Amino acid sequence: MKTFLALLHKDLLVGWRGRVRLVGLATYALTLLLLFSFAVGPDTMALRDHASAYLWLAIMSSSTLLLAQSFQQEVEAGAIEGLILLPVNPAALYYAKALANLLLLLFLALVMLPVSVVLFDLHAAESLLLLLLVIGLGSAGIVAPGTLYAAMTARLSSQQVVLPLLLFPLVVPPILAAVKATDLVLEGDAMGQLGAWIGLLVAFDAIYWSLSGVLFGKVLDE
Amino acid sequence: MNLSRWILALGVLGLITLGAGHGFGLLASPPEASMGETGRILYLHVPTAWVAMLAFTVAFIAAIGSLWTAGPRWDLGMEAGIEVGMVFSLLICIQGPIWAYPTQNYWWTWDPRLTTTAIMVVAFTGVLVMRRLIHQHERRMAATAVATIVSWVNVPVVYFSVEWWDSVHQDLSQVSSVDTVMLVPLLVSLAGTTLLGTSFFLARFRIAQGHYQREEVAPELPELPDQLQLEESP
Repeated sequence: MKTFLALLHKDLLVGWRGRVRLVGLATYALTLLLLFSFAVGPDTMALRDHASAYLWLAIMSSSTLLLAQSFQQEVEAGAIEGLILLPVNPAALYYAKALANLLLLLFLALVMLPVSVVLFDLHAAESLLLLLLVIGLGSAGIVAPGTLYAAMTARLSSQQVVLPLLLFPLVVPPILAAVKATDLVLEGDAMGQLGAWIGLLVAFDAIYWSLSGVLFGKVLDE
Repeated sequence: MNLSRWILALGVLGLITLGAGHGFGLLASPPEASMGETGRILYLHVPTAWVAMLAFTVAFIAAIGSLWTAGPRWDLGMEAGIEVGMVFSLLICIQGPIWAYPTQNYWWTWDPRLTTTAIMVVAFTGVLVMRRLIHQHERRMAATAVATIVSWVNVPVVYFSVEWWDSVHQDLSQVSSVDTVMLVPLLVSLAGTTLLGTSFFLARFRIAQGHYQREEVAPELPELPDQLQLEESP
C-alpha cells in the first residue's frame, strides 16, 4: 500500500510538473467539442440530442493522447528500467499508473463538462452528482485497458497509431454504456433504464481493472 | 515433411466434405420455411462463423500457454490462430451483406451481432498490426499474448449477442430446432469447413515456424546498442 501511494504520488507529481501538456490536452479536447458543433451546424436540438456522444468521443480521443504520454516520459528517461528493477509488485505499478491516468482524464472531463453545457445547451445542474458518477465509471473503463496497452506500446515509434487501434475496439462496450447513461441522466430517465447501464459500466470496469492488473506483470517482464 | 502431408490431406478431405455438404444443401435439402432459397446461406455462414470463433479460441488458449511457458511453439500457434480467425471472420462479414442486400434491402445495419463481429475483427487486426511492429521475440510474444487474451473477451460476446440483445440476426440454432434434411448438410459442411480451417492453421503454423527458425539464424534486426535502434526507442 505504501509503495502504491509512493508510486501514485510520483505519477501525479510528474503529471503536475508537465502541466503544460495537460493544458495542451484540455485545449485539444475543447477544440474537438467545438468542431463537433461546427460539423453539425446551428441546430440546437440536434446538438443537445447528441451531446453525450460528442462528450464521450472527445473524452475518448483525448484519452489516447494522455495514455500515450503516460509511459513515454518514463521510457525516454530510462526510468522504467529502474522501476522494474525495484522490488515492487507490478500490480502496484499498474494500479498507481492507472489511477493517476484516471485522475488526469477526469480533470480533462471536468474541463469539458461546463463547456459542453454551454455549447450544447444542456441541463446538467439537477443531476450533477449522477453525471459525475457516470463520467467517472466510463473514464475508468477507458483508462484500465488503456494503461495496459500504453505500457505495451510505449517502446514503439508508431505508438500513436497502434494504441488507438488496440484500444478503441476494446472500449466500445463501456463507451456505449457511458453514452447511454449520460444521455439518460441529461434527458431524463422515463423508462428507468439508467440502473442497467450503470451496472454494465461497473461490470466492465471490474473485468478490465482486475484483468489488466494481472496481465501487466507479463507485459513488463521483458 | 510429415506435416505438409497432413496439411494436404486435411485440405483435400475438407474440400471434398465441404463439396458434399454444399451439394446436399443446394440440391437435396428443401428451401427454408421463412427465407426460401436464400436460407441456404445457413450451410455456408454457420460453419464459417464457427471456424472463425474456434480459431480465435485456439489463439486464446495458445496465448495463455505462451504466457505460462514462454515456449515459442505456443507463440506460433497463436499467430496462426489469429490469422485463420481473421480470414474466416472477414468471410462472415462478406457473406452476411451478400445475403442481406437481396433479402433485407440493406448491406449492413446497426445490430448487436453485426457490431460485435466488426469489433472483434478490428480488435484482432490491431493485435496483428502490433505484432508486426515489435521485432524482439520475447516482447512480441508477451505483447501479442496479452492483447489476444484481452481481445478474445469479444468472442463470447459475439456468440451470445443474439441472446443478450434484441437482434435482427437469427437466434442461436439448436440441433433440435433444425430438421434432419437440413441438419445433415449443415453438419457435413461444418465438418468440411473445420477440416479446411485446421489445414489452414497447420499451414500457417509451418510458415510461422519457418520465419521463427530463420529469425533465430539471422535476426531481421541485428542487435544494436540501445541508442542505435531504429524502430524502437530505448
